[in-house]
Amino acid sequence: MSTTVAGILFAGSLVLAVAVAYRPLGDYMYRVYSGEKDSRVERGLYRLIGVKSGAEQTWATYARSVLAFSVVSILFLYLLQRVQDKLFLSLGFAPVKPDQAWNTAVSFVTNTNWQSYSGETTMGYLVQMSGLAVQNFVSAAVGMAVAIALVRGFARRRSDHLGNFWVDLTRGSIRILLPIAFVGAVLLIAGGLVQNFADPHSVTTLVGGQQQIPGGPVASQEVIKELGTNGGGFYNANAAHPFENAATWTNWLEIFLILVIPFALCRTFGRMVGQNRQGYAIAGVMATIAIISITLVNVFQLIHHGTVPVAAGGAMEGVEARFGVSNSATFAGATTLTSTGAVDSFHDSYTSLGGMMTMFNMQLGEVAPGGVGSGLYGMLVLAVITVFVAGLMVGRTPEYLGKKIGPREIKFAASYFLITPILVLCGTAAAIATTSGRDGLLNGGAHGLSEILYAFTSASNNNGSAFAGLTVNTVWYDTALGLCMAFGRFVPIIFVLALAGSLAKQGGTPASEGTLPTHRPQFVGMVVGVTVVLVALTFLPALALGPLAEGIH
Amino acid sequence: MRLPTWTRRHLAAVRAVLVLTVVLGLVYPLAVFAVGQIPGLKGNADGSYVKAGGRTVGSDLIGQSFTDKDGKPLKQYFQSRPSNAGDGYDAMASGAGNLGPEDIVDTLPDPALAKAGKEDENARQSLLTQVCERSKDAGELDGVDGSRPFCTPGGVGAVLAVFGTRSANGTVPHPTRVVSLNEQEGVVKAPFIATYRGLPVQLARFGQDYAKGLTVPIKGDAPAHPAVPTDAVTASGSGLDPHISPAYAGIQVNRVAQARGVSPAQVRTLVGEHRSGRGAGFTGEPRVNVLELNMALDAAFPTRG
Repeated sequence: MSTTVAGILFAGSLVLAVAVAYRPLGDYMYRVYSGEKDSRVERGLYRLIGVKSGAEQTWATYARSVLAFSVVSILFLYLLQRVQDKLFLSLGFAPVKPDQAWNTAVSFVTNTNWQSYSGETTMGYLVQMSGLAVQNFVSAAVGMAVAIALVRGFARRRSDHLGNFWVDLTRGSIRILLPIAFVGAVLLIAGGLVQNFADPHSVTTLVGGQQQIPGGPVASQEVIKELGTNGGGFYNANAAHPFENAATWTNWLEIFLILVIPFALCRTFGRMVGQNRQGYAIAGVMATIAIISITLVNVFQLIHHGTVPVAAGGAMEGVEARFGVSNSATFAGATTLTSTGAVDSFHDSYTSLGGMMTMFNMQLGEVAPGGVGSGLYGMLVLAVITVFVAGLMVGRTPEYLGKKIGPREIKFAASYFLITPILVLCGTAAAIATTSGRDGLLNGGAHGLSEILYAFTSASNNNGSAFAGLTVNTVWYDTALGLCMAFGRFVPIIFVLALAGSLAKQGGTPASEGTLPTHRPQFVGMVVGVTVVLVALTFLPALALGPLAEGIH
Repeated sequence: MRLPTWTRRHLAAVRAVLVLTVVLGLVYPLAVFAVGQIPGLKGNADGSYVKAGGRTVGSDLIGQSFTDKDGKPLKQYFQSRPSNAGDGYDAMASGAGNLGPEDIVDTLPDPALAKAGKEDENARQSLLTQVCERSKDAGELDGVDGSRPFCTPGGVGAVLAVFGTRSANGTVPHPTRVVSLNEQEGVVKAPFIATYRGLPVQLARFGQDYAKGLTVPIKGDAPAHPAVPTDAVTASGSGLDPHISPAYAGIQVNRVAQARGVSPAQVRTLVGEHRSGRGAGFTGEPRVNVLELNMALDAAFPTRG
């Protein structure tokens, strides 16, 4: 079998697997978020947390709860890193320095998992498993909770309430993420991943050299890092490390875990608004963009245009022999189309156009299918913008799912969309304009601009992958990127919840002859178009100076 | 006493963080650890350590170097891929090189330092030169043609700086001066091409700024599919890649057989036994685990001394 055919089967089987999981997982999540009954464990948890599960919240209270939980999480994670030397399982590592601890805390709480540190020499096992990995779960659960709140805004009529954040957080963590993670972790161990608490093991190699081999509770963290679209590697090399991604099939499984929840949430959305076809339409938009994008990354990597790839005879720099070029490209596409940012190969050494596609994927706003929860709410905001654009063209008040999209709604949606471009472009400009920003560059010229643009794109979109040549463990980058991650996560969340609150207050508008049907291929095509056009207009000038200038001679 | 709403909300947040930390950050990883202790999984969970001659020689999953103390390849062993993890296969420093696809110009070392036998810390090989040098070295070691496109016969990137007025399409039709950027005066005797568009090509000098020239990589007439395979001239993402391609193993067979005094066919059979195909027929790429293969070599054809 040729590499190309195998690569197509690899990606094709993933599409199939995600499609098969769509209904059962989506229906299950629907039951989790819509169910009235609490399990005994959950009742115990609510008592410990001190909240009443039946108490519904307004959008403002919901938003304040999200922020309170996130602020406390950041402080807790910061403290844990700062005192790790005094706790157990620290492996003798010193406390993480303040700017890096701040950056890492924000990074994991915002579901970004940008890493300015190298795991095997910075973070003890306790910080990894009880700090970072916990945020892998709960930051994902927060994303899902916000998405569900927005869907409730569409589904409810004349209501002030969007549900209860604490209940959504707990149910998402305990009933959805935890069971899948547990099964996945065991499978990954079977594939070769490590799960131990041993200190690094010194061995004398076959030819008499010395090698220190690390351990750690890796499998339990790896699985949630993919499932929760987090992406922070246990080790520096992330999912390229053989202990994080040991076999060719664990590579497949990890990509599947990245994609499965963001897609299935569309089913949950369809069920909640009472029209499954609306879910299929949104999933159709996501799938269209994802398939085109992953195909393009594969094509660019396999034809390996560019001086070094031609000299080497293939785009294998930064790529593992067991995965090869094509499977790595598929991983790269999946990780940047979602908010994951885990890597099984290093994007900095990709071909210029292949590397550009990974950047473009993030700049799409990570909506195809996007992060767990954040992908769905991002895509629904784009759908709102699309019906607005369509409404302008025919001169009607736009509506979506029976809700009128008035000035108030469109202001929230437009503000949501503007946040990340502002952060990305201003951040990149600031970095280029300052010595501290330029000092971090590894590569010069156009590729240097790409490194910085990638960093701010990744941080502001809460992705976390990197053109890793850039030295980001400096006070300047730790601080600037930390701010981008925080604003890039929480400001859009506030706009989404405000939008949800405003929608929930409305009664329903019955569909009339003039209503734009939002479940047909026509609408799917329009949302794809709006997404791509918006992003292209925003980011093409910057891309032209970076990867395009480098890749086109 | 009733606390203000704001305080109560943050108190709930603190309790939620603590409760979820216990469940997801202690109970869950420990439960996975416990399952990992089941026979059949335990070996993996511990790190897939392998033993040769009664002692642990490493992990099946973590690549290692098969070189002598000076870093020279040991001829009787199959060689791993180039590595950017520390000084090579340092498992506490996993990582990639991260140089871009158009990183083709070297920063040359100070000849004064070189004369004193010191290393110039500011000097840096471009990714292209790394690829060319690895190819040349592997070719010489294994007795195959080490030439590649965009590489000089001396094993550096074949890149010129072309000075002169640029035309509308960005080329320099009538150059005034041409320098071979990666070939240093005093290190290389003559440039890889004598003339470019009728002009004699000069060697590069330390400390000179050639940024004004147009950077032109020269493809040359090396075969598009070089004898030294791609994975032999590129570093992996982890720097700990335990595998090489069957093609890279293939070019090493004769050298290993000769060093061990056995026939190439015998070694080739062993390589075939250690070749893994794609998982389920379509995941990943065919490959050979280097440590396993070398252990099998030692067991089947021990070297004396």
